[in-house]
Amino acid sequence: MAEFEPKIVAFVCNWCTYAGADLTGTSRIKYATNVRIVRFPCTGRIDYMLLLKAFDEGADGIIVSGCHPNDCHYTSGNFHARRRWIMFRSLCDFTGIDTKRIKFSWVSAAEGAKWADIVNATVTSIRELGPYTEYKKVAKYPEKEVSHG
Amino acid sequence: MNIDKRLVRKDSLEKLFDILKQNSKTIYAPFSKNGKITFKNAESFAGISNGYVQTSESSKDIAFPRAEKILDYSKNKEGMSVKGIDIKDIPDVILWGVRPCDATGIGELSSIFNWDYKDEIYNNRLSRVTVFGFSCNKSDEYCFCTSVGGNPGNTEGSDILFTRLGVEGDFLAEILTEKGVAVVSIASDLFEKSESQGKEKFLAEVKVRFNHEEIREKLDKFFESKEWIDQSLRCLGCGACAYVCPTCACFDIQDEAHGKNGSRVRCWDSCGFSHFTLHTSGHNPRDVQSQRWRQRIMHKFSYMPERLSVYGCTGCGRCSRACPADMNILENLISIQEVTV
Amino acid sequence: MVDLIKRAKELIETSVVKVVLGYEQGAGNKTRALFVEKAEDADRLIFDSRCVQNLAAYVTKQEVKEKGKMAIAATLPVMRSIIQLASEFQVNDNNLLVLGITPESKLIEFGNLVEVETFVHQYHIEIDSRNKEMLDKLAKMSQPERWKFWIDELTPCFKCYACRAACPMCYCHRCTVDFNQPQWIPVPSHELGNLEWHIMRAIHLTGRCIDCDACYNACPLSIPINLLTKKMLEDAKEHFGGYQPALKGDHLMSTYKPDDKENFIH
Repeated sequence: MAEFEPKIVAFVCNWCTYAGADLTGTSRIKYATNVRIVRFPCTGRIDYMLLLKAFDEGADGIIVSGCHPNDCHYTSGNFHARRRWIMFRSLCDFTGIDTKRIKFSWVSAAEGAKWADIVNATVTSIRELGPYTEYKKVAKYPEKEVSHG
Repeated sequence: MNIDKRLVRKDSLEKLFDILKQNSKTIYAPFSKNGKITFKNAESFAGISNGYVQTSESSKDIAFPRAEKILDYSKNKEGMSVKGIDIKDIPDVILWGVRPCDATGIGELSSIFNWDYKDEIYNNRLSRVTVFGFSCNKSDEYCFCTSVGGNPGNTEGSDILFTRLGVEGDFLAEILTEKGVAVVSIASDLFEKSESQGKEKFLAEVKVRFNHEEIREKLDKFFESKEWIDQSLRCLGCGACAYVCPTCACFDIQDEAHGKNGSRVRCWDSCGFSHFTLHTSGHNPRDVQSQRWRQRIMHKFSYMPERLSVYGCTGCGRCSRACPADMNILENLISIQEVTV
Repeated sequence: MVDLIKRAKELIETSVVKVVLGYEQGAGNKTRALFVEKAEDADRLIFDSRCVQNLAAYVTKQEVKEKGKMAIAATLPVMRSIIQLASEFQVNDNNLLVLGITPESKLIEFGNLVEVETFVHQYHIEIDSRNKEMLDKLAKMSQPERWKFWIDELTPCFKCYACRAACPMCYCHRCTVDFNQPQWIPVPSHELGNLEWHIMRAIHLTGRCIDCDACYNACPLSIPINLLTKKMLEDAKEHFGGYQPALKGDHLMSTYKPDDKENFIH
């Protein structure tokens, strides 16, 4: 039986983490291929619902990454994002969403190696956690035809 | 036609439940959660609510689910493939604990789903339902079934109607349809022959509060009245009344897409929502709550009687119990009757 | 409440306001909102411990705003809602007059919203003990247990949006669920649609909810959705020192501090 390969969605900011991921590639650093990157101008643009949508569509893990505090290309986008994540992560944890599957990081444009580490560490930990069956069961509504509440 | 009347001992109800379960029947019965009573799939008799005036939700969910898939689609090289739901998969269900007002509501709801287009999915679901009605031994100030042509011991819509003969008493069971006969045949010991027992003295008293014919005539001339605005000022525009109502049938169709595959889902909707009649052009013919409130009353008490020859209301009172703003439909109807047009 | 009735009549008769919003006896043992436009209707105004509906939900309603300046009989939660709405530019002194009802059921008439704010700031938003117990109980559960609890509680929800309608803070003309390009939150009331609606409702209310329980009171199925908003209140206190509705100053979620602390960003 094939070993479970997690699907990871990464929400990253264009100016830091995306550039950093680019650097990982140009530096020829090999890292896990399970990540699908979604590029945003800034982490401040990441809507709460996007994280849930990633789980809806079958992601087993999520990475959210942006510029270090004080380095935001738009000055304060990442500060707003940080405050939002503090509250949203707590709410997700409260409702029983597995927050071990959501990784947050600051990765700058120069940290190609760090990006590879983050991805590898995330893939390893999600592989151990297994597929996110709880959420998938609830998201796969169409397989269950009728909801009586 | 003489109705077959039997006696079911009070302890026999649980035995009946068990026999039905042994015969692999799916039973939906009322259970209490968070202090509200709703219909759930019952695995055992323990916990089934009784002695309530009315459940918080109606039982329409069984034939008209709050969310149901109506087809799957998938895009591939050849084009689009569409797969409808398999009617054979719809289970047979016994609806246990339905009040006479809800049982009547089934007919009213069905008239909407069989008006110009015969809704095959709804009709198939309904054909698999056996209704165990339970007459009302008590009512509250929200009930008004008798004002819309019903009564607490009404047999309409039930396959078997149980009436409790006094507090902690045995049950009179009226076997009303072939589905009812089928149930009796698998548990015939529990349905004893009895001398004719009158049920009237055990039924709740529900006074007639308004004349529905008079209201219907009045509504014909009432469209432009300012009363609608006054009545609806405190309405918050949620969907609670429509969703708990046994005869409200408005629905939305949603496509849930996941890349190249997806499903089409039918789900409940409410005419009280502000965007209910919003057109893609941006125009909204009912953009004020008073117009939406008027629509609700007109639809139930004027348009449905006129076009479908049934009332759109069974007097169950759930809408008024559930309303967060206390829009009491009974009060509103009485005030319409009293207003001079 | 005699003072309230008398003052309502005066305000209408002298045309200081066009409508007075308060409570009256409803059906059964309930109370309901009353819009007094003619002085004689003021006799129907009441106030007692059953009057918990948050009347501030009506101040952003188009049909009500069109009537002109309104006086509102406001208990402490209603006052808090009004200050929060004012801080979000939804009401001001020109269109609203607050007839405050203190926790001791005394009538105070405020000259302007600044006076209301001063009054409101004497009291802190405290989560009641019964719900605090429930929050603690949930905190002690494991993540899978909490998931099961919430799926179990939220699945019966049929998305009537009574919670949204009753909340004074939910005044968006077009709610996030009403968008379909993209469809952020699934519309049908299946497990996923319900879960995502309630999570988004709670996070959109973070920093704005003043803990009036209108959402829970409005729910026809008595689902304890107020636990979600109370959790956000608790967290706001833990991470950012809490918040109070205030006419001036920063809102919890639309601002930040460079030294906001967290322990989960690597």
